[in-house]
Amino acid sequence: MHSLIISLQSEFYKSRKTLAFWSSILLPLLLCIAISLGFIFKYQDLIKHPPQILWFYFISPISGIMGSLLLPILVIYNTYAVTNMEYKGDTWKSLFSLPLSKLSIYTSKFLYIIFLTFLTMFLFALLIIASGHAIELIRPQLEFGDYNPNELIFKAFGKLFLSSIGIISIQFLMNIMWNDFLKPFGLGFLLTIICSIMANVGWKYAVYLPYSFPSLTVMNIMSAKKGAELIIFDQAIINSLICGAVVFIIGYFIVAKKTIK
Amino acid sequence: MSNFAIETVGLTYNFGAQTVVKDLSLQVPQGSIYGFLGPNGAGKTTTIKILLNLLQSPSDQVFIFGKEINSNRIASLKRMGALVEQPAIYAHLTGKENLVNRCILLGIKRSKCAEMLSLVGLTDAANKKAGKYSLGMKQRLGIALALISDPELLLLDEPTNGLDPNGIIEIRNLMIELTAKHGKTILVSSHLLAEIERTATHVGIINKGQLLFQGTINELHDLSKPSVKIETDNQEKAIEILSNAGAEIVQKDGQTVSVIFKTKADMGTMNTLLVQNGVTVFSIGKERKDLENLFLDITSKN
Repeated sequence: MHSLIISLQSEFYKSRKTLAFWSSILLPLLLCIAISLGFIFKYQDLIKHPPQILWFYFISPISGIMGSLLLPILVIYNTYAVTNMEYKGDTWKSLFSLPLSKLSIYTSKFLYIIFLTFLTMFLFALLIIASGHAIELIRPQLEFGDYNPNELIFKAFGKLFLSSIGIISIQFLMNIMWNDFLKPFGLGFLLTIICSIMANVGWKYAVYLPYSFPSLTVMNIMSAKKGAELIIFDQAIINSLICGAVVFIIGYFIVAKKTIK
Repeated sequence: MSNFAIETVGLTYNFGAQTVVKDLSLQVPQGSIYGFLGPNGAGKTTTIKILLNLLQSPSDQVFIFGKEINSNRIASLKRMGALVEQPAIYAHLTGKENLVNRCILLGIKRSKCAEMLSLVGLTDAANKKAGKYSLGMKQRLGIALALISDPELLLLDEPTNGLDPNGIIEIRNLMIELTAKHGKTILVSSHLLAEIERTATHVGIINKGQLLFQGTINELHDLSKPSVKIETDNQEKAIEILSNAGAEIVQKDGQTVSVIFKTKADMGTMNTLLVQNGVTVFSIGKERKDLENLFLDITSKN
């Protein structure tokens, strides 16, 4: 456990100056600022809507693009960036020649990518809520404060986060196996497009495709807008977690046998 | 308790169908500077990676301080520091941050970084991105990373690569100091005998994965026995005369013949003998093969 904690500390220390780390923070910040500006400048078109709908208008563009493209791409990029740091400096050999268990080195990287994704989703939830209330301060006509969306927003972004675990594990495995940008990135991107389409056309087996999980989650969030209850642990999320656990274990056996040339 | 910091017993390692290390039995005594020599591609780096468990060896073939490496991986690595091939550094971090990161991973106080930077002469470049370091500076940083945990056993794979003459001398002195004053054991690989013959106490020579020589540096010197090189107008006759006189011929070519040197008087006798038998002696002299040639001789035999 101690070696897992210090490996995690090291992951943070190594990546705190990288684009992967900052993109996890800047992405929600910039998107929320952009949408807030839209609300502030176009407020007259929005006055007529009740607060519940205002919140959904704020969330919809973020979660829509998030599910179909942004979340998978963010995960694909973060996974690549965190593993590529070791390939780039040829540092796998020094990591594995330290008195640390291979399991803790492997787990810390996996957990760190999960943490970065969690950080982005958490910041999205937090910044959306903060932005809504900030907009009301500037444009009191937009009465965001009359509806409390906190639970729904945290549930939605929590669910989006959980839907990405399956993709994280697959991308992580691909990056561990290949010292390459194109293979994991290209394959991940292709799978995202195909599976997103599968989910959107309502293919019944989409619930078994890890790259469909974020799209399915967004569809679920959108239906909550119409009054349906947002259940976090639906089949897609359970499958995402199962996929994450299974691929993580397979990946460990690959790492344990990995030849550091 | 084994007296060897490193011991391999009939170590064999294959990359697919290719055998890269064959029946290697290294014995690195504690407190020694062990020069691990061999031409490029001889299997030195592969052996070092096996010693670090980066490549998995068959069980009961590699022992670090008497303990089998596969079943004592973490305990063994705790006592080792290594620099393998080009230094493994994070280019986006500064030299100091690279060391701090290592301190985090090894649970060492961060104050150790300044000491290490000063030791390898990188104090002024501590806050410069390591990616912008010259090859020599990267090598120094790699050595600092290997030394930071104060390991009992250091594995240095061609540590002077990219260093200027001053840097080479500094590393040489550092190795001597580490063994003499601090009782460390160092295995240092090189493809140049001249580079380590001044520091090494023990030498292992490897080629094509096989250990061709292992012993103290003095035992290596002893291999280089002096000989008498004689140039005459009639080689065949000279060889016949010398052989009949009981001289041991070690080398012959079109112009010269070399026999084992015994004494100066014996050398004079050989000269007289040749002249008296009608052979004109153009030159006769004692010569000793230098270690570099000896190394080439040893490695060219397999």
